[in-house]
Amino acid sequence: MQLTDRTVGNALILVASGRIDHASAESFRAALQPHLDRCRAGASIVVLDLSGVDYISSVGLRVLMLAAKQVRPQGGNIAVAALQPVVREIFEISKFNLVIPCFAGVREALAELSPSALTALGTA
Amino acid sequence: MLIRIWGSRGSLPVSLGTAALQEKLVKVLIAAAGKNIDTETKARAFIAGFPDFAVSHTFGGNSSCVQIDNGNGEYVVCDMGSGARELGNSILAAHGPHKTHSYHVFVSHLHWDHIMGFPFFAPAYRPGNHIRIYGCHEALEQGFRKQNSIPSFPLEFDQLPAKIEFVRLAPGTRYEIAGMAVTAKLQAHSGDSYGYRFEYGGKSVVYSTDSEHKLEDLGETEAFTAFFRDADLVIFDAMYSLADAISVKEDWGHSSNIVGVELCQMAGAKRMCLFHHEPIFDDERLTGIWRETRRLEEITRSGAPLEIIAAYDGLEIVI
Repeated sequence: MQLTDRTVGNALILVASGRIDHASAESFRAALQPHLDRCRAGASIVVLDLSGVDYISSVGLRVLMLAAKQVRPQGGNIAVAALQPVVREIFEISKFNLVIPCFAGVREALAELSPSALTALGTA
Repeated sequence: MLIRIWGSRGSLPVSLGTAALQEKLVKVLIAAAGKNIDTETKARAFIAGFPDFAVSHTFGGNSSCVQIDNGNGEYVVCDMGSGARELGNSILAAHGPHKTHSYHVFVSHLHWDHIMGFPFFAPAYRPGNHIRIYGCHEALEQGFRKQNSIPSFPLEFDQLPAKIEFVRLAPGTRYEIAGMAVTAKLQAHSGDSYGYRFEYGGKSVVYSTDSEHKLEDLGETEAFTAFFRDADLVIFDAMYSLADAISVKEDWGHSSNIVGVELCQMAGAKRMCLFHHEPIFDDERLTGIWRETRRLEEITRSGAPLEIIAAYDGLEIVI
């Protein structure tokens, strides 16, 4: 599991790849944590681009649940985007699509959550 | 081994109401239109082949009670939820009121939905029957006596004519009971619960209900994987969605279909039975969860298939 990041306007786009399973969930959590601490009111939103993730287990989903529980009281927001079909189905079956907003792609996520970041993305 | 589900519902018995029954009838009648179903035989065949499980069946409403029949003539039962009433009545119907039997009851825990059927378990009212109640809780006997006493019930426990014994088990110890190897395991639930693994004739079944799992705890995951290892059947508490189980219902002591599939896949189990259904879920919702769980198993499968079964009252599973 790998996580890379880039900032676009007030949005932090994190691109994950690989499997987020029982073996890798802890490293995923640790990689995510510093970004969550920065996700505060007026500062940023986090969009997780999962296009490179081909599987996520219950433990990986729990990491996302904890991330949402952290950033929302801070005034931030978190969303996931570009889910592969299998991952999208796992989100739907686990009902995580009702917990964390899911978008077809990063652009769609920004359009909903931060139009200014979308504009910045278009000019980047 | 034959496993019979006498009660599959969690927390509280429920009943199929008139409105829900009439919805099923409407769907069946519309589907039957023009099919010349004019005899009972044709009608039964039509229902048996009906494609929508949620219409042709109901998951039933009795709380936890599962019989494990290894064919040796003794009755082995997991939990005494409200399903125990029908189990007891079926035994009397099959053998008459005078034939006596040995019963071995394994209790997951003493919450009411898991013992409430005992005061209505007809074999307890027959002299000569021998009922052994096994469990790991210190308050095992107290729990049964308390509900079977005035003012909660009109008959005191000591007035029950059957011979009733309580047997404390130690989790992790392998016992030989009713011809089977039985091992109990501590589970996370308010006041603790215990799962049971039964092995007989090269087959194994695990009864694991009212158990919350936190798979981020690798030690716990390994322990349950070992408990479920190569089981022919795991009866699993899948009461909540994963999202609910780790958010608003965290620490409520129950698990999800997702975690069940993951544990059973890691353990190499052959079948998983969704159990302890949420009482607010209707047949359509439960059928949907069953369908989704089969799909989850399919898209996450990396080894041999795991058959996904949904418990309903009256279901028989042969392993």
